[in-house]
Amino acid sequence: MTTTTPLDSLFLDELDLEAAAATRPAPNHLDALEAEAVFILREVAAEFARPVLLFSGGKDSAVLLHLAEKAFAPGPLPFPVMHIDTGHNFDDVLAFRDHRTTGKGHRLIVASVQDTIDQGRATEEAGGSRNRLQATTLLDAVASHGFDVCLGGGRRDEEKARAKERVFSFRNKAGQWDPSGQRPEPWSIYNGRIHAGEHMRAFPISNWTELDVWEYISREGIELPSMYFAHRRTVLERDGMLLAVCPQVVPRGDEVPFEDTVRYRTVGDMSCTGAVRSSAATVAEIIDELAMTRVTERGATRADDRFSEAAMEDRKKEGYF
Amino acid sequence: MSVDAEAGLLRVATAGSVDDGKSTLIGRLLWDAKAILEDQVAAVTHASAARGHDGVNLAMLTDGLRAERDQGITIDVAYRYFATPRRRFVLTDTPGHFEYTRNMVTGASNADLAVVLVDARNGVLEQTRRHAVIASMLHLPHVVVAVNKMDLVDWDEAVFTRICEELTAFVNRFDEPSLTFIPMSAKLGDNVVDPSDHMPWYYGPPLLQYLEEVPLDDPAHNLAARLPVQWVAVPAVAADEGPNGNANGGPRHPGYAGQLVAGTLRTGDKVVVLPGGATSAVASIDALSGPVDEAAAGAAITVRLADPVEVHRGDTIALQGAEPQVGRCLEALLCWMADAPLVVGARYRLKQTSRWTTAVVADLHYRLDIETLDHAPATALGPNDIGSVALTLSDDLVFDAYRANRSTGSFILVDEDTNVTVAAGMIVAADSATHEQDRPVPTAG
Repeated sequence: MTTTTPLDSLFLDELDLEAAAATRPAPNHLDALEAEAVFILREVAAEFARPVLLFSGGKDSAVLLHLAEKAFAPGPLPFPVMHIDTGHNFDDVLAFRDHRTTGKGHRLIVASVQDTIDQGRATEEAGGSRNRLQATTLLDAVASHGFDVCLGGGRRDEEKARAKERVFSFRNKAGQWDPSGQRPEPWSIYNGRIHAGEHMRAFPISNWTELDVWEYISREGIELPSMYFAHRRTVLERDGMLLAVCPQVVPRGDEVPFEDTVRYRTVGDMSCTGAVRSSAATVAEIIDELAMTRVTERGATRADDRFSEAAMEDRKKEGYF
Repeated sequence: MSVDAEAGLLRVATAGSVDDGKSTLIGRLLWDAKAILEDQVAAVTHASAARGHDGVNLAMLTDGLRAERDQGITIDVAYRYFATPRRRFVLTDTPGHFEYTRNMVTGASNADLAVVLVDARNGVLEQTRRHAVIASMLHLPHVVVAVNKMDLVDWDEAVFTRICEELTAFVNRFDEPSLTFIPMSAKLGDNVVDPSDHMPWYYGPPLLQYLEEVPLDDPAHNLAARLPVQWVAVPAVAADEGPNGNANGGPRHPGYAGQLVAGTLRTGDKVVVLPGGATSAVASIDALSGPVDEAAAGAAITVRLADPVEVHRGDTIALQGAEPQVGRCLEALLCWMADAPLVVGARYRLKQTSRWTTAVVADLHYRLDIETLDHAPATALGPNDIGSVALTLSDDLVFDAYRANRSTGSFILVDEDTNVTVAAGMIVAADSATHEQDRPVPTAG
């Protein structure tokens, strides 16, 4: 309990604007990133006729969906949510997806890689990973629904090709990204003008790092699938990565499955998404663990990104997320 | 590395070429801030060896795309992130040697601070002058001139002083920005993260300390409030209430959502909605965290007004008595970014804040010669040219001069056919020559 003396009031009244500015705390970096993301989400909703938000069930798309809910609260989301379903899903990702979308009254569209394969639009790859096939499924869905912009949870700190991508990233009629012909993007003035048949990808959390995402998840209490937290799982070691034993990942040659305490840093196709050994069972423990980590999330957990120096760039040019 | 929960975010743009040691400087900042992880180093080590380089080529940490690695060049703008316990940094890295205006404007326009690199051996070159003038034109709050490779000039104070004086004198002819000069050796680490033992004559902080301590007070805080409306949220009508009332019986008005780009807005403030001119008062403010009585520049907010005035996307809500300008004739500086030249009489789409309109180039006053700062007569602007133009718009624009407000004073021009962004524009003033017959005969220079 504090009391305010008349002297105090007088003093406060005499503070000038400059002094007030000098004592105002600098905005928290999460507030700045959040405001930037919400600004981008609102620009997208206002500038395009048919936006869609891509949702994988992973932490980045969970954060993106949370930001979209805040941007338009208390109103409904002004766009549907779309899941590109590889069919190679982790245990609770589909339940989590439904809980976070239809469960909250959002419109959910599921585009299935299996359908793309069944239609003869894509062929299963030798390694069994469907990450690459997702691009065809996505572009087909964009065309059939007439979407003119896809909101994605891509971050520039994930990978070197993403580090050079604009917030509003133009895709030509074939769905391709032209890294050397990107539109200049000065200030925060986003140019969403496109012709029919072209579309845009928009990345509201471009400037977030993996640590920012986790700190924001902690601050906002954002729900995540349980695979992000340490759990016991039967895995095998392949190409230096821990893969969960599942219908898509069966032991080959002298690979011996074993049980370990692991967690995942990304959600993806089960056949190529690696786990990390970890005992971090809470968001706070994950933040502590990240502070000491010495490997990027993609380096640790995405086999398909390690194939070549330009793996991500090539996939992005083809229309990948 | 954990970052203080109250740590701010500093947006830093770097300008300079590989020859100035920029990649080495960035590599050292990232490495010392532990922002480079082992698999990235392993990938670069592997790729360096494959190309026959000795050891790790640090430039390859930042050169992301296939064409860049194959040709050893840097394309466009790259974004890097690092944090110290004191602050979070967004680093936009722009190459200095080609498409310099386009890239630097794209990378630095949003920055709080620019770091311009100078090679101490070469002194102030054409490129240095260019970077300093662009930083000055973009009106960034802080500009650091990193005088690098001091080890190769025997840590000589006289060399450093000469560069400070020469560059300051040059830039002051264009504007009077405050430049901060730091002598360093990125290769040896002097004055990047740790203070230098070789230059006892320098009393200032090393670069990283400067970046951590430079005031974050956004100059936009001290300007008059401006809320360009992005999105009009029409209230949903709950089942238990009438079409025009909420639980408290008060009127339900639409919410006007946008980012407060300048100043402070409080409930009760008397405001004007421009360009229409309707007046009202702020009834409520919703921040992302919930209802607030006051919001500061940078916040994404939703405002409700006390009166049922009509407000659309593209309108600006401003404080009564501190209003922006409204008009259709602008004098502006353009950074031209397209291969096809700008010519007088051409028509473009223009986007400023959340408003689109059409602009016709009524006049091209001059092209800025960035080496001499002369106003050169011109009939067209080519790629990477900077020029002064008069624009005539098809609708009213709500604006401030760029020097007074970077958000409401900036715009882009977009090609009507290709939809490509062709220019970044900075509003100098309303064009006083509103009527053709009053327009003075353009003079050269």
